[in-house]
Amino acid sequence: MHLLLFNIIDQIRSLGWNGAFNLLRDGVVLGSLYSLVALGYTMVYGILKLLNFAHGDVFMVGAFIGYGVLAQLGGPLAPALGLAPLLLVMFAVAMLGSGVLGVVIERFAYRPLRDAPRIAPLISALGVVFFLESSVQLITNSTHSEYSNFPVFGPLFTPMFSVAGNPVTVVQVLVVLTAIGLMVALMFLVYRTKLGKAMRATSFDREAASMMGIDTDRVISATFFIGSVLAGAAGVMYGLYLSDTYFFVGFLYGLKAFTAAVVGGIGSIPGAMLGGVLVGVVESYAGGYAGGQWKDIVVFGILILFLLVRPTGLLGGKAIQKV
Amino acid sequence: MSETPGIPAPPEEPPTEQASRIGVDSWVAESEGRRSRTPAALLARGWESSPDALKLLAFVAIASSVPFWMNEGDLFIFGLFTLLYAALGLGLNVVVGFAGLLDLGYVAFYGIGAYAYAELSSSQYGIHWPAEATIPIAMAAAALVGVVLGFASRRLLGDYLAIVTLFLGQAFVFFTNVANPTIAGKGFTGGANGIPQLDPLTFFGYQLTSTKQLYFFLLIVVTLLATALYFANQSRTGRAWRALREDPLAAEVMSIPVNRLKILAFVFGAAVAGLCGAIYAAIETAAVSTNFSVSVLIIIYAIVILGGFGSIAGVFVGAIVINCTFEFLEPQNDHPEVKRWLFYGTIVLLIALMKPWLKPVLVLAGTIGFGFVVHAIVAATTDASWTSGVPVSGGRWIGHWAVIPTGTHANFDNYVYIGLVVAIVCTASLKGWWRTAALVPTLYLTALAWENVLALNGGITAFVLFGAMLIGLMATRPQGLLGTARVEIV
Repeated sequence: MHLLLFNIIDQIRSLGWNGAFNLLRDGVVLGSLYSLVALGYTMVYGILKLLNFAHGDVFMVGAFIGYGVLAQLGGPLAPALGLAPLLLVMFAVAMLGSGVLGVVIERFAYRPLRDAPRIAPLISALGVVFFLESSVQLITNSTHSEYSNFPVFGPLFTPMFSVAGNPVTVVQVLVVLTAIGLMVALMFLVYRTKLGKAMRATSFDREAASMMGIDTDRVISATFFIGSVLAGAAGVMYGLYLSDTYFFVGFLYGLKAFTAAVVGGIGSIPGAMLGGVLVGVVESYAGGYAGGQWKDIVVFGILILFLLVRPTGLLGGKAIQKV
Repeated sequence: MSETPGIPAPPEEPPTEQASRIGVDSWVAESEGRRSRTPAALLARGWESSPDALKLLAFVAIASSVPFWMNEGDLFIFGLFTLLYAALGLGLNVVVGFAGLLDLGYVAFYGIGAYAYAELSSSQYGIHWPAEATIPIAMAAAALVGVVLGFASRRLLGDYLAIVTLFLGQAFVFFTNVANPTIAGKGFTGGANGIPQLDPLTFFGYQLTSTKQLYFFLLIVVTLLATALYFANQSRTGRAWRALREDPLAAEVMSIPVNRLKILAFVFGAAVAGLCGAIYAAIETAAVSTNFSVSVLIIIYAIVILGGFGSIAGVFVGAIVINCTFEFLEPQNDHPEVKRWLFYGTIVLLIALMKPWLKPVLVLAGTIGFGFVVHAIVAATTDASWTSGVPVSGGRWIGHWAVIPTGTHANFDNYVYIGLVVAIVCTASLKGWWRTAALVPTLYLTALAWENVLALNGGITAFVLFGAMLIGLMATRPQGLLGTARVEIV
């Protein structure tokens, strides 16, 4: 054990300040992806008190829809469009497709179980996870789909600017800016529109909201749609940034995004954003200093720690169970 | 109904079945079921009124006849593994079915049992203890981890518990596969290769090596387990577990020691899983961490949920159905004609259960006709490579009915599969005769998907089916096949 500690100190020394900055940069980029997925968890949890296990797989399906669009448009070697329109089409189709998928999942797996015992929707969610993962495995023949390393995406990996000699590539800026843009749009939607008001009312008290004339079923569908759209966007960005997409990726990323939602305080939208970036940065440092195989364990260690010590997360309110 | 202004219309009467379910005692709610005279109801009543000991005896009698008419290979995959899964399901049933705790780390206990056996009865460290010593240690090791998990999660509610236990499963795979600490000059868990060459099960000098011996040993284990769990369920603890499952808060208010019961349930489940793990390791003569992944978890869950939460007999039914489905779908299993009969037979049976009787007749006739029409159109408009494929599961006439292309046809199989999923979603959203009409193309697409994709990738298909089954069961019959329906008492 102390051998590992020495290794970590050695690693910190040898990487120096530049290494630390690079890890921070990678962590923030990764963290913005987690934030987007965590928003879906946190919104659904806020409104239904339901842990939507399947959300990580919606993210995975989003990545594959993006890849499918790429393949339909002539493949990564000879795409029919330029880079910017290609990205736009990929994002649009993947976001729409994931959104519809989210609504369908809600309609068939969760809506019939609105008043069932709490364990029923969890098992249904487990079923959705396996259905989606195995379906994608069937369709892709268990192969890995590589987005990048193709000439068309070349410009994405050129440095855009550098901070003290450390390059920041276009794709990293793209990911962070898109994530911020989507989150601002979400904040606007939730706090400034009528639908957002209905969502907040429903998450506060579903029964009372429905008595006030809010069609809660529609609000819940809309919540799933919005959360899944964000996950779909995150999926495409994941593909662009980390390239390697395969059917099992949703499981791990879903768990980490869920960790982000818990760290930020489940049910809290700003909390999910904060938690996502924190988890991304911690994972990046753990991977850089202690070795790649440790990063997952460190992230889940944080999850357990938070669940045991501060289950309400950093920004979540106290939950008091009333009878 | 004419509306009088000022006076709101009376609320519509809910359908009678629903009306009798909410707000009344379960005994009254089920009174209609008790009086019905259909064969299914009579069978169900006969099943319920026969004593439990008799059921177990009948099961043991039938199960012990199996080795005498089944060949060795089939006995291994169908007999032995059904019993093993039944034992695993019994353990999970304690945690999920009796106590209502969603434990997604159950496979980790299974793995701990296997690795415990592997450390103590193999040439890994040169320790060759007999099974009568190793199996209790394996059970104790798993139970100990169960206690730790139980303590850690005594404050966690349903969903959080699920996540933490899921993490335990991941941590176990990480520990055995990646961490693999070096102890006494050797990788403790053998990394990705696991620990090979374990000793066969040896009890007091008597070795169990042949499939038949193992089968009877497992049969005894399963019978004892079922009996023990039956009495545990009848006991004060069992009743307290059920109270905990129905409403933890109310149970706590009734001064039931909720935390102690949760830990007890975890320990029970973990010990059973540890026992199964040790036996499994001995059967496979190796402990490899990939055998304790989430896919095994879904199989065990499918068994418990199909059989019905908290139902011991249900676990046996679930284990038989799920294990046999899984093994028939496995590609290395060469029973193509059985596979075909099972697939088409199940579909026809499900259709035949529709009411009124005219619907299934119309749907089946429509599907057969639809298939021939589509096949004729495709054959007439495209070249021969589109229709010249041979059905994977045999059956010559299917080749003239289903469109099966040969060679590469630009993702035809993927389009069929996605089309099938979309068709099922659309069919389920329609109502009445529209739904019946939509069934025709959906069924044909199902057959196409089966012949073109599903039958070729049996192992994956099994998980698609299990996932779909969990969703479908939760939506339509959450109590499973043999579980008791819960009645909402307001």
